This record gives sequence, C-alpha cells and structure tokens, in this order.
Amino acid sequence: MPSSALVIGGGIAGIQAALDIADAGFHVFLVEKEPSIGGRMSQLDKTFPTLDCSACILTPKMVDVSRHPDIELLTYSEVIDVKRNGSSFRAIVRKKPRYVDITKCTGCGSCAEACRLRGRIADTFNAGMGKRAAIYVPFPQAVPLKYTVDPTKCVFVTRGVCGKTQVCKEACKAEAIDFSQKEELVEVEAAAIVAATGFDPFNAALKPELGYGVYPNVITSLQFERLSSASGPTAGKILLNGKEPEEIAFVQCVGSRDETTGNLYCSRVCCMVTAKHAHLAKEKIHHAKVTVFYADVRAFGKGFEEFYDRVRAEGVRYQRGYVSEIYQRGDKLVVRAEDTLIGKPTETSADMVVLGIGLVPRPETNQVAGLLGLENSSDGFLAEAHPKMRPVDTAVDGVYLAGCVQGPKDIPDTVAHAKAAAAATIVRLRQQTTDHRLQRTDVRVLTT
Amino acid sequence: MIDTEALVEQFGLTACIQCGKCTGGCPVSPKSALNPRALVYQMLRGEGFELVSREELWDCTTCSTCGLRCPKGVKAVDLIIGLRGQWIESGKIPTTLRAPLTATLNQGNPLVLPREDRSLWADGLNVKNVAEGADVAMFVCCENAYDPRVQPMPRALVNLLRAAQVDFGTLGLEEQCCGSEIRRLGESGLYEYLRDDNLDKFRQAGIQKMVTTSPHCMNVFKNEYAGAGFTVEHYTQMLARLIAEGKIKFSKRMETVVTYQDPCFLGKQNGIYDEPRAVLKSIPGVKFVDMDRSRERSVCCEGGGGRMWLEGTNNKVRLANDRVAQALETGAKVLATACPFCFLTLSDAVIATGHENDLRVMDILQIANEAL
Ligand code: SF4
Ligand code: SF4
Repeated sequence: MPSSALVIGGGIAGIQAALDIADAGFHVFLVEKEPSIGGRMSQLDKTFPTLDCSACILTPKMVDVSRHPDIELLTYSEVIDVKRNGSSFRAIVRKKPRYVDITKCTGCGSCAEACRLRGRIADTFNAGMGKRAAIYVPFPQAVPLKYTVDPTKCVFVTRGVCGKTQVCKEACKAEAIDFSQKEELVEVEAAAIVAATGFDPFNAALKPELGYGVYPNVITSLQFERLSSASGPTAGKILLNGKEPEEIAFVQCVGSRDETTGNLYCSRVCCMVTAKHAHLAKEKIHHAKVTVFYADVRAFGKGFEEFYDRVRAEGVRYQRGYVSEIYQRGDKLVVRAEDTLIGKPTETSADMVVLGIGLVPRPETNQVAGLLGLENSSDGFLAEAHPKMRPVDTAVDGVYLAGCVQGPKDIPDTVAHAKAAAAATIVRLRQQTTDHRLQRTDVRVLTT
Repeated sequence: MIDTEALVEQFGLTACIQCGKCTGGCPVSPKSALNPRALVYQMLRGEGFELVSREELWDCTTCSTCGLRCPKGVKAVDLIIGLRGQWIESGKIPTTLRAPLTATLNQGNPLVLPREDRSLWADGLNVKNVAEGADVAMFVCCENAYDPRVQPMPRALVNLLRAAQVDFGTLGLEEQCCGSEIRRLGESGLYEYLRDDNLDKFRQAGIQKMVTTSPHCMNVFKNEYAGAGFTVEHYTQMLARLIAEGKIKFSKRMETVVTYQDPCFLGKQNGIYDEPRAVLKSIPGVKFVDMDRSRERSVCCEGGGGRMWLEGTNNKVRLANDRVAQALETGAKVLATACPFCFLTLSDAVIATGHENDLRVMDILQIANEAL
C-alpha cells in the first residue's frame, strides 16, 4: 500500500494541503497545469481585511513546497486518467513540453528579452493587461522559476520556423532551450487524492449591459488587482492609458446571485474585494470620487464589518442599487442605476468602472469530476459528501476536496478547507499504514 | 383597492430582492414617476395599493428591459400589464385608448380604419392570398397596412420576396391585429379573442411559415401564441438568409453612412441583433456605424406597449429625440430601423428636432428595396 497522496491543483488550497500531508510524513505528488504553482492568489495585490500583501504570505509557502523532501512537484502537467487499484489509485499524468530543460534553465530571462514576440502577447497573469514574450515565467516569484515556451503563440512551435536563427536559443547561455522536447506520460500511485482545482473568474462579457470589452476603462476586479499590484503592469499605480482616474465606480454582484447568468449563488468574496479596492483607490488617489454600487453588503467574516466601516469613513460612498447599464457621454462613462434608498434613477459619471466579478467553476472541474467519479452540486462546483458533517469528503472513498473547487471561498476559508482535506487524507493514509504504531501515553494519577 | 397578494403570487414577486436593476435600466424611469422596483415593493408591502393617480403606469413602453435584466427572474413589466388590466377592468379606460380598442374589436385594427381597407397598401401588386397555397405567409402589421407613412415597407417586402423568388401570400382581408399591444395595454380579453381568432384563421389558411413586417407581431406569435403550430420570422431574419444564400443581389449602390436603432421587440426581447446589421452591411456602398448605445444597451423609442396611442405623463422629454441626437453623433446620414413603431417615433423626432435635412429615417426594407 503506497503512503502517497496525489494533490491536483497548485493554488493556495493545493499548496496548503500538500504541505500539511507532507509534514505529517507522507509523500505527496502535487500536479499543477500551469508553469508555476501559486494559482489565483498569486495574482492578488493585498488581501482583505488585514491588507497583507498576498505575495508576501503566499511566496514562502510556494518555496516550502519546492524545498519539501516529501513533495514531488509536477508543474505544467495534467492528470489525464485515474484508475482505482484496490483501495488506492493509479493516475496518469501528462507532462507537457516546456521546450526548456528545467535542469539547465537558470531563470535569467535572456531568452524572453531576445524573443521576437517580446512585448506582443497578452499577459494572462496580468489579466490581459500588459504584454509578455512567447517564452515566459508567469511572474517573478514563480515556482519553479523556469521559463516556458507558450506553444499557442511561439512562432517556431506553431509554424516550424522563426526568422533565420532561433534568437531565444542563441540568447540562452545555459543551453536550456530544447524544441525537441515531447510530452511525457508518467504514472503515479496514491492512496488518496485531493482535488484542489479552484475557480475561474466570471466572464464579464456575459453581462453585455455593463460594456465590458466595449470600453477599455471598464475593467474587472481581477484586472484592478493587477493594476494595484507593485509587480503589475503599472507598478502599482491606478492608471488607464497613462491617466489617473478621478471618478471610480465599483459594481457589485457581477455574475453572482443572477439568474440571467445561471449563477444563483453569492460568490462570498466580492463584497470584501470591492471594499478593499475602494480603499486602495482612495489610498492611491486621495482626491478620487469613489462610489460602490451594491444591493446588500455581506461583510460576515472576522474583521470584515470593521473594514467595511473603515472604508466608508475613508470617504467611499456606497449607493444602494445594482448598476443596470454603462454607456459613454463625451469622454466619461455613465453608470446608470437606481438609488433604491431614495427611489430615484441616477447617472453617475466615471473615468473607470471596476466590475466585482464572481467566482465560477473552471471548465476543467467537470473533467476532474469525470476522472474521479465525483458529482457536481447544483451550482456546478463539486459536491461534498455532506454539506455540514463531511465538508471535504466526496462520494468516492479516498477523494477529498480542498478550496474553491467545492464552492467560492476567501483565502482564510480556503486555507481552513485545505487543512481539513489534509487532515482527512492523513487519517486515511494513517489507517492504511499498519507497519508501525505510535507510542501511547496513559493517565498518571497524581493524588493519592 | 388592488388585491396585491394575488399579484404577488401571479407574478412571483417574492423573488424580488429590491436591487433596483429594473428601474436602473428602465428607459422611461428618468422622465416619469414609473418605478418598476417600487411597484414590486408596494405589492409586497400589500398595504392597499390604489390605481388612482398612478397615471405613470401608462408610461411603460413594455420594452421589457426590467424583466430581461432582473437577476431574480421577476418580470416587472408583466406586473405593470397586470395593473393596467385592473385599470381597464374598472372601466376607467384612458380616453385616447377608447377608440383604438373599440376599433380593434370591430375593425381588426387600432388605427380606427375600416376592415375592408386592410389591403389598400398592396394596391396594384397582385399579391395572392395565402389560402391559395403559398410557402410563406406574409403578415403585415396594422401600422404598415393603414398608415401611409409606413405602407411602403410591406410593398418593399413584396418586391424583395419576388426578387428572391419566394412563394408567398397574405391573409388579405382576413388579416387583423396580432393583439401584441392590446395585451400590453392590459386588455387581456380582447387579446385572447384576437389570438384565438387569428389562430383559427392561420390554421384554415394552412400557414406553416410566416414572415412579419413588425417585430411586435413576430414576438407575440413566437412567444405568446401558445400552440401556434407554425414558424415565424421577422423579415430581417429572412432577408439576411436570402442574401447569404445569394438569392437577393443588390445592383445599386447607396453611398452613405447608416446607423441602426435596435427595436426592443427584435433585439433585447428576441436577441436578433446580427441579422439587421448583416442586411445593412451587405448593401453596396453602405458604411455602417453603430451608436454607442446599441444592441443590449440600445434605448427604446417609446413606441411600444400602446404608447403609439398614449402621450404619457411627460412629453417634454422624448427618448426618440435623444436617439436622433445620438444617431447624428455617429456621423450617420440614415437612421435605419426595422419596426414601424420605431420608424414613426423616430421620423417625428427628426422633425421635432429640426434635422429633416441631416438625417433620414428609413426602414431596412426601404433601403434594401432601393438597392435592388
Ligand atoms: S430587478 Fe428584479 S429583483 Fe431587482 S428590484 Fe427589480 S424586480 Fe426586484
Ligand atoms: S418594460 Fe421597459 S418601460 Fe416598462 S417598466 Fe420595464 S423597463 Fe420600464
């Protein structure tokens, strides 16, 4: 019986679960489909309500993963098949070719500087704001800090030739670039699986009345994170086309609690994300007029209500009423809503509108469910075995859920959920480990 | 007093979270006391709701933006129609509505014109009756049939269908009002009579496929005539297809800039945004530009929901006038639309704003026909 666990997904949930399981003395395979672990949390600037820098609390854990003797990291890899083998599982993992030998790559970045497509490819890590090359590391704190060729963009991969000479190859002193790499299939055996594949941000273009994709100054909350982040495309300045907005409108519940999108649930994080963004906007542009359009503010967590109070005291105006339409007048955007507290339709001008997008299941969620034999809840996330008593277990023995794959969560709840999934995994691995018993202690009677 | 509890149940109003998305998107709420969210709330509160002095209920254009954007599936527009129904039932019918409603019952049209004159629009065209056997029934909106300003549209459609060698006919004098706006005025009894009578006539004529000149007729047939048993298209859908199949070819050029008003009943309510644009773009020489507020963000012309016969509580502000200004901003010389109501409201607005020489309102049918 193998004393190994397989964790699918290397965001904060998968990272935390892997670390706890490995710290308990069991071996972990951590599979991440992107070139680096870190997930959505790595894209965030500050975290609410304490305003800790997200990277500062995440990066040490990413480094811990890479250094842990009991964690085997399989990045840029996907689980493509899982078979039950008695009480354990055999999983086949596809390791996609990076076209970079990670044993040689030093992460110096000379290749990306030389790449003919440098500065030409929409940077997904920066939520489409800012450009990168066809060979890239998603962000400077990536683990592993190794370059990867984007096979959908690289001219050599897509067309077979790239100019007269391969400039990236020439630039790489370590001779790490290797276009002959092929995908590799490996098999791992594990007695437990933790699914931690996370969520996707809601696609704001599905709410056409809000003008996302029409107006460059209508952006999503994820894009605001990148603008606000010191490592983002504007080095932390709130700028659009090089200009500071003077009037900023935040729109709540975009793609959540909404039958028109089929997402009936509350995404749980957006109220506080918006409160945080409103705070950051005020902090960075003191004179800015900041308005938050909401229907109900859900500030239910530890320190959340207090943060909501603080943001209003900082001069952020909360106007009750969903935004119904965004259009342009002159060089300003117009945000149309009803101020439901006075019962009057309003037009609010804005230089920037930030859409508080909800959390939705990733398309891969159903693939993972199919591989593992799991079920969806009605909201499309994966179903836990019991909504109260078994929040990390699933209908399949030995398979556990961690984080937003089970439903929207903020970071503290994700970490707690991941730790619970790790505990459940450890219990199972422990029960199957019969070759040693821990020394028990007995009650010693002190009074006579 | 209104039985609010019954309305809450009938329209599922308990789903409402009072978010205001409906009122925030309502095109008339900024110029009227009409507030769909507040109406829903007043039903939920249930403390005696009186229709007296709620004239704003007649301001609603039934564009349906409120219901389409509601995150909870509440259709405030249906509540408004329900409240109008109670108003009508109480017998206090707004004076300007009396003649159209009576004429619709007696003459089959709200324009208060004789039934025998229904086919005058087709004088000299020799359009056959669909009962003689035809692939497609062409249904002509009452406005198009009787109002000389919009009679050229069905004539143009006849021309275009003949050019494409489509086998079609009309219902002749059997054709009558589709009932769409009658239903929206709250006259549900008359609407149901028209619907049943029309369905009988359609069945007798053996109609399988229908094309309409107005999005309002198309919408009511497609979405509200239960068990219609035939397929219905708006003419923009049919033209776009005939053009794509090469069955309609344009020989004339139209060197001009054209923008387009999305009729609410075609665009927002039925998601038909691309076909009208495809027709316009296929016309040689046309440079097509959209207004900033277009497609899902288009603005109602204020012609729907019976507003053709009701001035509303505030006629100082007219959305059609704003629309003309927005069309001019694009640099367009032609403001195209695909609905007789839009055509009429926008044409009036061009005159009211003094832009007769700068902007020409045209139905897509006219544009396509001129380019044949
Ligand atoms: S949009 Fe729907 S839920 Fe919101 S106030 Fe209007 S009716 Fe109620
Ligand atoms: S149907 Fe249109 S005009 Fe009527 S209340 Fe709804 S949004 Fe307003």
